[in-house]
Amino acid sequence: MYEVNYHRAGSLDEALKLLADADDGKLIAGGQTLIPAMKTRLAAPSDLIDLRHIAELTGIAVAGRTVTIGDPHVRHMGTIGGSLANNDPAADYPAAMLALAATIVTNAREIAAADFFTGLFETALEEDEIITAVRFDAPERAGYGKFPNPASRYAMTGVFVALDGKTVRAAVTGAGDDGVFRSGELETALVTDFSPSALDGVSVPDDALMTDIHASAAYRASLIVAMAKRAVTMANG
Amino acid sequence: MTEVSMLVNGRTVSGAVEGRTLLVQFLRETLGLTGTHVGCDTSQCGACTVHMDGRSVKSCSILAVQAEGSEIRTIEGLAEGNALHPVQAAFKEHHGLQCGFCTPGMIMAATDMIRRHPEGLDEATVRAELEGNICRCTGYHNIVKAILAAAETMGDGEAQAA
Repeated sequence: MYEVNYHRAGSLDEALKLLADADDGKLIAGGQTLIPAMKTRLAAPSDLIDLRHIAELTGIAVAGRTVTIGDPHVRHMGTIGGSLANNDPAADYPAAMLALAATIVTNAREIAAADFFTGLFETALEEDEIITAVRFDAPERAGYGKFPNPASRYAMTGVFVALDGKTVRAAVTGAGDDGVFRSGELETALVTDFSPSALDGVSVPDDALMTDIHASAAYRASLIVAMAKRAVTMANG
Repeated sequence: MTEVSMLVNGRTVSGAVEGRTLLVQFLRETLGLTGTHVGCDTSQCGACTVHMDGRSVKSCSILAVQAEGSEIRTIEGLAEGNALHPVQAAFKEHHGLQCGFCTPGMIMAATDMIRRHPEGLDEATVRAELEGNICRCTGYHNIVKAILAAAETMGDGEAQAA
């Protein structure tokens, strides 16, 4: 890791000032992505501004079902805001936010999840904008099906489904060329019958899916349907 | 260099660190607490797991300066004198190790897991909770047995105390 100056911000205003004053400052919350990226020198910020001790950023109340995601030691440090701001194409929370039609609240404005994720590791956030909260209505039913990469445990494909009245939203992570996206094929099949068997025979086009050393686009297309079935089973459980 | 101070295994310690010094480096190199291991250095294996303010975290993915003012417990801080912690005793009894490299992280993860599940543990929960700890020798079988046994012992202990 390259040398870095660490600052612990006590308030949102102080964090914004520290960020503005830094040459190449980065905000750090849990650091569960940023620190590993700095260790491999993929990221080399001049300054780190720690958000963990800002009272305004704690106490998010989330009602509804609990979704268990990943490694507990990482979960104890990692934050939803950090995961959303980073928008890793294989992260779990972006799919949840999109399927729950969540609102991402920042120090400056409110952004609908549908407008927030703009590409691989890219979001609608401005340079001087900090996520302060996320807000969503607890759906009637929701579930998440994930095929983790056996080594990294990141999603090789993850599907989050949410049923709310007559609306079904199905968001896919880990598979899209441009990051998280909603699948019309899954939603159309599930809106008339919210059951795993409704997805029998459904196919998802693979032309905008990733191919890498872990899986081909065609395999990911097949995983999307398989993980959607698991997600619906969990939601109906 | 920045001066940091924290409570490690019940003792207030301080030292000068760089901004980029990882908590695990501070524990091992400054404090000489080499029970906490560095396995993968990519945040996946969990050999470096310690408790920060009572919760398990990977000390290779936290800067020492982030831990300023916090309470840290490492594998060295679990036993009471010569009496092993119930999780350590269960790993010994059930032979929950082969080479031993992952063991400190496994035990710190297990103690936190048992604390978070006062209702008790079953095999599926233990295996799911061990997602962040990798063992390359045992196939996990005896590790899971040891954690289940320790959870039972510790549950009994609380029931008797109550």
